[in-house]
Amino acid sequence: MQTWYAFLTGPALWVTFVVFLGGLGVRLAFLYGLSRERDRVFYNHMDWRWAFKSIVHWLLPWGSASMRLQPVFSAVFIVFHVGLLAVPLFLSAHNLLWDRAFGVSLWSMSDAWADGLTMVVLACGLFLGIRRLVRPEVRILTTAWDFTLLTLTLAPFVTGFLAYRQWGPYEVMMVLHVLSGEILLVLIPFTKLGHMVLFFFTRAFIGFEMGARRGARAW
Amino acid sequence: MSHQAAAVEPGNVEVHPVDVKKIQQILEANNGARIRTWLSICSRCGLCAESCFFYLAHNRNPRLSPAYKFKATLGELYQRRGHVDWDFLHRCADIVWGECTTCKRCSMYCPFGIDVATLIATTRTILYSQGITPQGLARAVVNYRKTGNQMGMSTEDFVDTCEWMAEESQDEIKGVTIPIDKKGAKYMYTVNPREPMFYPQDLAMAAKILTVAEEDWTMPSTGWDCTNLPMFAGDRALAGQVVRTMYEKAVELGVQAILITECGHAYRSALFEGPYLAGYPDGKPPVPIVHSVQLFYEYIRDGRLRIDPAKRLKEPVTYQDPCNVSRNGGLWEEGRKLVQFLAEDFRDMHPNRDHNHCCGGGGGYIPMGPEYKARRMASGRVKAEQIRATGAKIVITPCHNCFDQISDLNKEYQLGVKVMSLKEIICELMVVPEKFQPEDNGGDEEQT
Ligand code: SF4
Ligand code: SF4
Ligand code: SF4
Repeated sequence: MQTWYAFLTGPALWVTFVVFLGGLGVRLAFLYGLSRERDRVFYNHMDWRWAFKSIVHWLLPWGSASMRLQPVFSAVFIVFHVGLLAVPLFLSAHNLLWDRAFGVSLWSMSDAWADGLTMVVLACGLFLGIRRLVRPEVRILTTAWDFTLLTLTLAPFVTGFLAYRQWGPYEVMMVLHVLSGEILLVLIPFTKLGHMVLFFFTRAFIGFEMGARRGARAW
Repeated sequence: MSHQAAAVEPGNVEVHPVDVKKIQQILEANNGARIRTWLSICSRCGLCAESCFFYLAHNRNPRLSPAYKFKATLGELYQRRGHVDWDFLHRCADIVWGECTTCKRCSMYCPFGIDVATLIATTRTILYSQGITPQGLARAVVNYRKTGNQMGMSTEDFVDTCEWMAEESQDEIKGVTIPIDKKGAKYMYTVNPREPMFYPQDLAMAAKILTVAEEDWTMPSTGWDCTNLPMFAGDRALAGQVVRTMYEKAVELGVQAILITECGHAYRSALFEGPYLAGYPDGKPPVPIVHSVQLFYEYIRDGRLRIDPAKRLKEPVTYQDPCNVSRNGGLWEEGRKLVQFLAEDFRDMHPNRDHNHCCGGGGGYIPMGPEYKARRMASGRVKAEQIRATGAKIVITPCHNCFDQISDLNKEYQLGVKVMSLKEIICELMVVPEKFQPEDNGGDEEQT
């Protein structure tokens, strides 16, 4: 287990970061090139103010008419995303690793907070999974891959949570934790999880298209 | 939801195999950054469902959610790289013509702003390339190709109608003319062919308003049809040609702007989609495009036309935002203010403005013909309920398709309303200055 752990937090971690950042970079560069060639409409009607408004309204809780129509889902969805980003970035154990690797670290949240937030993320994930099954308009769109991705997204949280509590075999949990985190990062650039960065571009576009050209609020 | 075969193909295409190569070409040509990104990041969250009136009108049938519609059509076409059969294409036709009016409301409700209308329009292009398009649109396409307008009207007939209407109007307003091909006029007025064809009084009303406002205007003898049904049929090349003819005529006449009649999709085509369809790289039409809602609003706001306060409509009035004038045209405030000049008791629908629902007559639905009427009535339920809730007795709408659809809904749902266009009301309510009053009319009318 030790060697596995060492491998995963050593060379494998570097590879993961390279694939994650590089993959997103390549995907963006590719789409940029393609858009220059085929999506003139994007550049012809560019307007930063509308792009900004369009993005901000969808980042603010209930900032859009659509979110207000489904307040519960929106709340879950916001908390889920906050947790997804905050726990891995601000967990103190991760910050120790950042420090060791790069000599810099971010602000750390207390372990109690991280623990609580992890449970919240898991609960939200469960809610989203159940919603996929019970709401007909979501079920009809859902494929096995959606559940797979949701499971993979939650896996680092489940394993991290279990490891922190020392439930189950700790070392195995840690290995699974790192492994699942790495799998997730590697998948982001190549799946719908790419929305992590692509969101900003599609929202900017609809801001140009509906807002800058017609003045309509796309939120 | 009825799933009767909705699309009809001109000619017997079924004996041929599907032209997969052709489909692949269109898929490739459209595989830009936008469509690629939209199709790949849709999170299948279902948030868009609630925004679509088809979904709402059919008791939240999940097959009518925007995301399902584009996944089951274009999404699938990309996934299968165009290797599909006739059955599949007919199912697509049923969805893209029978279940979406490309009103773009859903793109305002999707977290990623996925522009479903563009995905649906692309699918229509693919189907058209295989000879599949609704009969009504197929007929219009033939007419455009032959005569440059959707109803196959000849230039002589059109010019005759204009002259006839100008003459008729002189009984009411002195000096009304309909100038044809006048060079250097300020506005080149373009219309929906159903006006000269079936409702010539619409031409007369426009002429009266423009005369009283002392406008410098003209009607072109060609390129006067501002509608664009090939755009809805999926014939992009022809759609481009139709707008190009109109633009080029405006440039040839040296007018300052093209004025669009009370039609929704004509405005969307002329101002937003037309330049791309016609291949103008900067996406801008060669002359400014003005919708009559805008112009009429300015006339009344600036006092160029005066409304007789005593004649203002007393009954409750509501305003139908045509998607292509409001959400997709940006003129919701102008439309509302204009109506408030004309009516004492204005009641807004909810939701309204850029978030208003499509009436269910857009996207080519009306000209698609009687085969689609039952579905059109069923999906218009949302609009009927919106109208009923206002308690209005008059529905004003500056779009021919909305006009027809709401007139049909009025009967179907017994709304007890009267549907009117702006021109009609303005003509009734405007103060006619003395110099425009015909001699034999005495002095008993209001004077300015
Ligand atoms: S709201 Fe947008 S992301 Fe969600 S299912 Fe609909 S199209 Fe897809
Ligand atoms: S464009 Fe309009 S009709 Fe089509 S799916 Fe979206 S909301 Fe429904
Ligand atoms: S028919 Fe009217 S409401 Fe419907 S799409 Fe056209 S303009 Fe929109």
